[in-house]
Amino acid sequence: MAETFKPDQMAFYKQDELVRIDHKPPTTAWMRTKPKFKIGNFIYPAKPKNLEYMGFPNPRVWSPTDEDWKLPANWKEIILNGIRERLDKYRSFKVFMDICVRCGACADKCHFFIGGGDPKNMPVLRAELLRSIYRSDFTTAGRILGSLAGGRPLTVDVIKEWFFYFYQCTECRRCSVFCPYGIDTAEITMMARELLNLLGLNVNWIMEPVANCFRTGNHLGIQPHGLKDTLEFFADDIETYTGVRVDIPMNKKGADILFVTPSGDFLADPGIYTCMGYMVLFHELGLNYTWSTYASEGGNFGLFTSHETIKRLNAKIYAEAKRLGVKWILGGECGHMWRVLHQYMDTMNGPADFLQVPRSPITGTEFAHARSTKMVHIVEFTADLIKHGKLKLDPSRNDKLKVTFHDSCNPARAMGIFEEPRYVIRNVCNNFYEMPENTIREQTFCCGGGSGLGTDEMMEMRLRGGLPRGNAVHHVQQKHGVNRLAAMCAIDRATLSTVCEYWAPEVRVTGIHEMVANAMVLKGETKRELDLRGEPLHSQEAE
Amino acid sequence: MKVWYGFMGVVALMILAGVGVQALGLQTLFGVVVPYAAMGIFLVGVVVKILSWARSPVPFHIPTTCGQQRSLSWIRSSYLDSPHTKFGVLCRMGLEVLCFRSLFGNTKMAVRPGPKVVHGPTQWLWAGAMVFHWCMLVVLLRHLRFFAEPVPAFVGAITSLDGFFQLGLPELYLTTAGLLGGLLYLLARRIWVPQVRYISLPADYFSLFLLIGIATTGILLRHFIKIDLESVKGFALGLVAFVPVLPVQAHYLFYVHVFLVSILLAYFPFSKLMHFAGVFLSPTRNLANDSRARRHVNPWNAPVKTHTYAEYEDEFRERMVGAGLPVEKT
Repeated sequence: MAETFKPDQMAFYKQDELVRIDHKPPTTAWMRTKPKFKIGNFIYPAKPKNLEYMGFPNPRVWSPTDEDWKLPANWKEIILNGIRERLDKYRSFKVFMDICVRCGACADKCHFFIGGGDPKNMPVLRAELLRSIYRSDFTTAGRILGSLAGGRPLTVDVIKEWFFYFYQCTECRRCSVFCPYGIDTAEITMMARELLNLLGLNVNWIMEPVANCFRTGNHLGIQPHGLKDTLEFFADDIETYTGVRVDIPMNKKGADILFVTPSGDFLADPGIYTCMGYMVLFHELGLNYTWSTYASEGGNFGLFTSHETIKRLNAKIYAEAKRLGVKWILGGECGHMWRVLHQYMDTMNGPADFLQVPRSPITGTEFAHARSTKMVHIVEFTADLIKHGKLKLDPSRNDKLKVTFHDSCNPARAMGIFEEPRYVIRNVCNNFYEMPENTIREQTFCCGGGSGLGTDEMMEMRLRGGLPRGNAVHHVQQKHGVNRLAAMCAIDRATLSTVCEYWAPEVRVTGIHEMVANAMVLKGETKRELDLRGEPLHSQEAE
Repeated sequence: MKVWYGFMGVVALMILAGVGVQALGLQTLFGVVVPYAAMGIFLVGVVVKILSWARSPVPFHIPTTCGQQRSLSWIRSSYLDSPHTKFGVLCRMGLEVLCFRSLFGNTKMAVRPGPKVVHGPTQWLWAGAMVFHWCMLVVLLRHLRFFAEPVPAFVGAITSLDGFFQLGLPELYLTTAGLLGGLLYLLARRIWVPQVRYISLPADYFSLFLLIGIATTGILLRHFIKIDLESVKGFALGLVAFVPVLPVQAHYLFYVHVFLVSILLAYFPFSKLMHFAGVFLSPTRNLANDSRARRHVNPWNAPVKTHTYAEYEDEFRERMVGAGLPVEKT
């Protein structure tokens, strides 16, 4: 009867074995300890066709478990030139290479270290993997003193180690909160991945979405007619559950607002319910908005690839806003998407002077904080609606839910959107409980699958990395009976489902607008008995 | 092993200075030439390093936001942790530099059976770092009494405050004890906390031992050897005025002290000690969280190859028309 599981399946990992975590480092010095590649802790390399489509170097078939990684002959020169170029282009990189004092404050802040115990998952050591090369090749002290100054020679093993550990960082920036100098490992990981990309060391879970997005407009590779079908299918479901037929404006010229959301909302459970939530909201408001098939992705796996790729993918959003002649742009619930929109888009592809300062057509509120990018977060938009009493809400419809909220890394630490989601949640459901304070807001823990690591072949690291978050969910599950984890991030909605199933079974994941739509009393609705999942609004046991 | 490299390095330097002065009579070398050279390296090195950092632009606006953004008028934003004004940034940086605020928020994690992952506050590292850095600053300021005549009033005030408890004769300054105590704490945790030991480099121990060596020789000179302060002052004033006069009959440890300080100065620009300046240039801390309100300009913002709408429509036009989606070209 014993079923056999594979390392890319959750059930393969027994919890009591996984939690035997030794945080004490090994006796061998880190420079002499090599990583062990095994299914569960690395991601498969990018398929050549994806690299070719994007014009990336060295497309070929290879595997991290092979001895020969088929690097270009002049790989060392490529790396050293790559480092030099980036030191000249990014002050962050240069300063972060120089000023770390190895105080260790960041050590136990990384979810991968907490759940795995590998010392190279301490942010400081992850950075040292790159810093050691920087020292020996770019600093006076390192050139003279070598390993005494923390330098080491650049070898193929170093490159392999980079590939291992820089794809075991989710760029969540939790460590940078605690660093006395604000050293941001995300920044270092981004540089390291750019360097690896120069040698053709990419992972398919990132490069396929990138290539898809470049071609079809979204990570999933949904073509225009497919997107139309998907949204119509959602509209059918909405009609079944609410009796209201929502309209689906697509590629509509002259709309006031372009709506962009992560494509994860089009496909995977439970993201699709969030998408249905947006559709219900917009319809009820009578918003003159449009979806776009060309800019059908808010997310940006370029962020996990290179700065150039971020820009190449992100360019579609402003281009489409211009083509359609909208006034401003509204963005859905997504994590890394909002890092790009908040911190990169305007710089890379702006100025968006062809758009207007965003103003809610319903409340008249001017979103002055977005006056330059012209892009507003949907939770900001909805919070403003609720504040002005523009939504008719019946929060008791969400009474079967006991909700906790997961601050997604990027909206938290690269944007600072903490109160808006809480305000919305408190208005659409009656049972809301916070997780422990060191695990929320700016100290929130990653789902373990961010920055393009959320694939099943990475299962062991995802479960390990998900421990701090999953455990905090489990805590409120036991204490308050929490059964629903809200998150405004598409990657979260996918990966936290696994994390919860493993560390806090029976807690399910939801987007915020799924709950909003369930609580909304719609014009012309039939008696609401089902939620957007097609499940009874009120649990059977309830009196 | 790494500890020993650091320790032996400093001991070797001490012996070098001791022997040089005591056996070879190289007072002028260790008292005048080396200090001037070290100061020169320090000043040039620090400026060059800072200019080198400053030469690299900040292409993107990447503050780490540790508090509520400024968005809707009725939501209170976090002025310090998510500053939206220059003044807010100044306050955030000020607290960071003067009070080590990020480190103050440090936590300690433990995985208990269950499993139960817990994170509790811990301020030991913060306290050790604060004690060391502030005492170091006061000790430095106290040394101004050697380098300035008349002694600035604030130096006198600090000094008398520092010797408030009047322990021993000459009285022990609180900051002397704090400096050495702070350093010993930082050294102890580097050696005993397994993770910190694992990440430590010989250079980390070297900096600590160098500072400990400087503090120890200083204490010995003041409290045990009771060096003639007038002649030290004459020496210091001479250095400043570029008419160096060696102190008469100075103990060899005085030269060891001066030599270690010289090494520290010369080593400074090439080491992690540059964090004192780098922290001001850290883009995750010194930028306001206003990137949607004000456009941040990247000086090297290069054009990239994009996939245009026209290319997209060319590929999918037929299917778009088939699905009833509007197209540009029919």
